Order: sequence, then structure tokens, then C-alpha cells
Amino acid sequence: MHDLLSIFFAAGIVNNFVLTKFLGICPFLGVSTKTKSAFSMGLAVTFVMFFSAFFTYIINTYVLEVFNIQFLTYATFILVIASFVQLVEMFMKKYLPALYESFGIYLPLITTNCAILGLVLLNRINGFNMVEGLVYALGGGFGFTLAIVLMSGIRERLDLADIPEAFKGVPIALITAGILAIAFMGFTGMMG
Amino acid sequence: MASLSIEFLKGLWKENPIFRMVLGMCPTLAVTTAAVNGLAMGLATTFVLIASGIIISSIKSFIPKKVRIPLYVIIISTFVTIADQVLAAYFPEIHKVLGLYIPLIVVNCLILARIEAFASKNPIKESLVDAMGMGLGFTWTLIVLASFRELLGAGKIFGFTILPASIYNPMLIFQSPGGAFIALGLLIVITNKISGKTFVSCHAGGGK
Repeated sequence: MHDLLSIFFAAGIVNNFVLTKFLGICPFLGVSTKTKSAFSMGLAVTFVMFFSAFFTYIINTYVLEVFNIQFLTYATFILVIASFVQLVEMFMKKYLPALYESFGIYLPLITTNCAILGLVLLNRINGFNMVEGLVYALGGGFGFTLAIVLMSGIRERLDLADIPEAFKGVPIALITAGILAIAFMGFTGMMG
Repeated sequence: MASLSIEFLKGLWKENPIFRMVLGMCPTLAVTTAAVNGLAMGLATTFVLIASGIIISSIKSFIPKKVRIPLYVIIISTFVTIADQVLAAYFPEIHKVLGLYIPLIVVNCLILARIEAFASKNPIKESLVDAMGMGLGFTWTLIVLASFRELLGAGKIFGFTILPASIYNPMLIFQSPGGAFIALGLLIVITNKISGKTFVSCHAGGGK
């Protein structure tokens, strides 16, 4: 139990996916202008991470390793993610239209979100079992949501600030993210 | 001929993937702690960009529109696997440093963006030139960012000491994640100053 907790917090806080591992920077910069959409994006990413971790674990253990074809890992994993995202999108559109409205538009973007592929590859590299992998996915998703929501809160305030012309847009977002990342460095060494 | 050189040159500055279009941020920020890593990542990405661009441009008329993204992704991941195995066999040290970020070339939005916006609509020759220009643009930008961070963070460029410890106290923050964001932010400010602001967000270019 203690081990699982430390995996969760290591993924979410100490080695935050966005701010120390640089995974998922595109949505982090692209969808962090409003807190509400940032939160929906975070939830969608966590959801896809959890199920991708589940499916890739099964495929890795019972197909790739059994037939010794690990060189196909990247192609298989990205296909699993892409088809899962497509499936969820079609399912939600038909049966959960309200939910689809709220984070449907973010779903297709998730396929090319490197946080997902990064997570399933890290699960494999770290040699996690199924339960550890799923907890790591939840922690990673939590870390992503935390970072993007914090960022969107700051950016909503930045809209009102008087920023030099050349800094507007991406540069000021990057510098803000830099300061956030420095703050997260304070956690380094915890739960080592 | 003139149009080919325009396709090539646009990637170097006018539509530079990192400074002007903000594509492929994850590897850009993650591996640029030393100039040599930036060079290696840039070349690996260029290889994948060129190879998948040529293949997709040559089979574009056979690809059904609805399943094009999965198909692109499989072709890209094939070349990423090749790059990964070659680096692991011949440059094990660099492979170890770049680590997780080599497989993540698969989801580098620069590659998918160029395929969706260019290679899937243009003949092979133009696609090749476009991929070379974009790849070189990506590589030189990574080298500049990495040199900037290596110089400020360790007083070196490509491992050669430029600012000896006796006269310069390295700012270690530029070797850390926070410094990566700040260094890239400052470099984009400089390019904004030089040629005005034209930002295309990652997903607008991602084409999905």
C-alpha cells in the first residue's frame, strides 16, 4: 500500500509529468487559457491514460513478450492509444452527448499527446505490474491536471497584466511555466 | 527551381518549427541540456521527417481519408523504431541520454503537422525538400537552445569550456527543467523582436 502511494505521488508531484518530464507540453500551452477547459482536458487525459495503461499492459505481457517481438512496441502502443481514443469518442457521441460536449473536442488531440505514450512506455521501462501501472497512470493524470489547472489560473490573471509586446502569447506562458517548474523543484528528493 | 528553394528556406526561419510555429515542444525542452544532445535529437527527427514524408507523399492517393491518421502514425513509428535501433547499436551513450524521448518522436506534432499539411498534398520532390528544410530548421534551433543552456548552465558548448569556472559561476538553473522553459521563452522573445509575431498553436498545425 505504501509503495503504491509513493508511486502515485512520485508521478503526480515529485516528478510531475509536465513540469519535470516535459510530457504533454502542447496541450499544456494550448488548452491552458481557461480554467474550465483546462480541467476538462486534465480529466480526459487521466481517463485515456488509465485505460491505455490497462490495454498496453495486457498486450505487452501476453503478445509482445510471448512472441518476443518487442521491436514492435512503439507501433503497437500508439495504435492501441489511437484506437481507444477513437472508440471512446464514438461511444460518448452516441450515449453520453452531454459529456461529449464538455470534453469531446479535446479527445482527438489526446492521441498525439506525448504524456500518454510516455506513460505507457515508462510503465514498461520501470517494469511495473498491472496495479502499479494503473496507479502510476492515475498519478500521472493527476499531475497533468494539477499543472494545467494551476497554469490556467495564472494565465487568466496574465490576460489583465501589462506585458511587453514581444512577450505576449507563448513566451510569457513559457516563462510562467518555468517559474512553476522551479517551484516544483522544491519537491525533489521527497519520497526518493 | 525557385519554388523548391522557397520550400526549403521557409523551414529555416519564416516557418521555423520551434520559434515560429511552436511545434514539437516536448523533445525541444527535454533534451537540450547539452548541444550534442540537441544535435542528435534534431538529426533523428529529421531522418523520420524525411523518410515518412517521402513514403506518404508517394502513396497518398491510396490512403482513405478516414483512416489516414492511424496510417500516418504507423508509418512514422516504423521509422522511429529504425532510428531507435540504429542509435542503440552505434551511439549507445547518446541513446541512453535521449532515452524516452526517442520513441516519443512518434507523437512529435511537427512530423504529423508536416505530413498532414504538406506531404499528403504535394509531389515527392517538394515533400522531400519541405521535410529537409523543416528538419534542418528544427535541428539548428535545438542546437541554439541547447548551446544557450549549456553555456549559461555549465560554461561549455559541445563539451568545450568557453567560460572557465575561474571567471564564471555557472547558473545551474539553466540545466534544470525550469531553466528550459525560461530559456526557450527568452529565445522566442528575441525572434519576436526580430520579425514580428506570427504564432500558430501546436494543435492548429497538428491537423487533427
